Amino acid sequence: MSLGKTEVEYISRLAAIAVKDDEVGEVAAKLSNILDLFAQMEAADTQGVEPMAHPLDQVQRLRRDVISETDQHEKLQSVAPSTSEGLYLVPQVIE
Amino acid sequence: MHNLTIKQMSEKLHAGEITSVQLTQHYLDRIAKYDGELNAYVTVTPELAMEMAREADERLQSGTAELLTGIPVAHKDIFCTDGVKTSCSSKMLDNFIAPYDAHVVTQLKKVGMPILGKTNMDEFAMGSSSESSYYGPTKNPWDHQAVPGGSSGGAAAVIAAGLAPMATGTDTGGSIRQPASFCGITGIKPTYGTVSRFGIVAYASSFDQAGPMTRSAEEAAWLLNAMAGFDERDSTSLQREGVDYAAELNQPLKGLKVGVPAEYFGEGLDPQVEKVVKDAIAEIQKQGAEVIEVSLPNKDLAVPSYYVLAPAEASSNLSRFDGVRFGYRCEKPKDLQDLYTRSRAEGFGAEVKRRIMVGAYALSAGFYDAYYLKAQKLRRMVRDDFTKAFEQCDVIMGPVAPTPAFNIGEKTDDPTSMYLADLYTIPVNLAGLPGLSVPAGFVNNRPVGLHIVGPYFSEAKLLNIAHQYQQTTDWHKQMPAQYQ
Repeated sequence: MSLGKTEVEYISRLAAIAVKDDEVGEVAAKLSNILDLFAQMEAADTQGVEPMAHPLDQVQRLRRDVISETDQHEKLQSVAPSTSEGLYLVPQVIE
Repeated sequence: MHNLTIKQMSEKLHAGEITSVQLTQHYLDRIAKYDGELNAYVTVTPELAMEMAREADERLQSGTAELLTGIPVAHKDIFCTDGVKTSCSSKMLDNFIAPYDAHVVTQLKKVGMPILGKTNMDEFAMGSSSESSYYGPTKNPWDHQAVPGGSSGGAAAVIAAGLAPMATGTDTGGSIRQPASFCGITGIKPTYGTVSRFGIVAYASSFDQAGPMTRSAEEAAWLLNAMAGFDERDSTSLQREGVDYAAELNQPLKGLKVGVPAEYFGEGLDPQVEKVVKDAIAEIQKQGAEVIEVSLPNKDLAVPSYYVLAPAEASSNLSRFDGVRFGYRCEKPKDLQDLYTRSRAEGFGAEVKRRIMVGAYALSAGFYDAYYLKAQKLRRMVRDDFTKAFEQCDVIMGPVAPTPAFNIGEKTDDPTSMYLADLYTIPVNLAGLPGLSVPAGFVNNRPVGLHIVGPYFSEAKLLNIAHQYQQTTDWHKQMPAQYQ
């Protein structure tokens, strides 16, 4: 399978990763190679096989609905690029 | 001191012949001397190490020390370490000081193991050579032209070169076992769920599993005892209490049924690697094991299945890196969308971006059934192959990788050729089984490991087999001449 510019732009949007114009060719070529690898799956007969999501047939464990975390927002926000009064700052969204 | 076994170190520490401060300083000195060329550490933490060593010495003096108290350890830079940079070898996390400890880090702090530093790896654990690190490739201590394997390449290199006595690693598609094989050390990936994932930067959550990387199987068993255990903060942590992974080490191998899959010795396997692996199996046979042929017919489906599923999970897990709450943020974003897409484009390396993109594509409308669902069905077929094989045998043995360590730069231009080299390790992660690599010889002065895979929860058995093998062989005791 060979991807073109349109597909790369679509995938770039899905992944929220900007791809520069001069990178499109190489990204398309390498992703196409990976999709060729995926195509090897087609030949396998999987009729009647249940999809396997998880290695162990486990039931999701539940916990009591009680507060388990303490307020650490100052420590956790100390690694943020930009904060003010306990809020994360981003470029203005609403004019 | 770095030539002592962990057992000898522990005895000397407990007898007061050496202190943890002396032992830790010895390793810090070696790191200062040798790591400039090896590049196996991303961060060295001398102050933290010495403070922890002093605390360990107090415990040793007061009689509250355990077997591993005072033995230094190096953590892969994927384990969050409170107050220490945890980069995952990515520009994205180059400025990230972890605000808490991973469960594994907490466990080993409780034991009193001083932290020497954080080891280099493939960026976000995506790779098989440690070349995709933002901080540059780690060299193989046996041959500086060669890669150490990956993604836990730094961890394998520090054990091989004597720059740490013990190390932690993680294995999503072979990232403990393959570097262990390439660097001539012992590494085990336990059954999925054995070691808590809490605080490990997530790559593919239904595969990620941490484990020990050491010289010998006995030492791996001891470190696994300290790492494993139930943790309610990991929703897939297994509730199994009181397992002693060192309990079976001294069992004789008489009567052990070893399955050898015919499919693992076909085309693509280096004949010299094949000879090393077959000689190792013959040695185990000499100790009383019975060797039978088994079949894993769907082995060729494992690589494509894994490279759909792991990137799909990664595309979801790595969506948290958005330039807002932590990590890299691009300069002068013009709007919110630009902030997201450019921070991610500039913060992630090429291989990480490829996997996120291919994963997002595999999950997208129109392709979900053909890729993601199909891959999940193949995952079950690969698992069922093992289930059938284990009806006939106790463990499976074969190669870890088709070749010894390849050269730095040899495969970087062709990512898919690197993926295909994971063909022996990936099926084990798809199934969630435990697997181990034990040093078994050399090809052209580069180490080669024997791969031993067992049914769920057979870690103690795998370590027993490796330990017995290490009683009659000395591959695990060998060190590269320049680091002796």
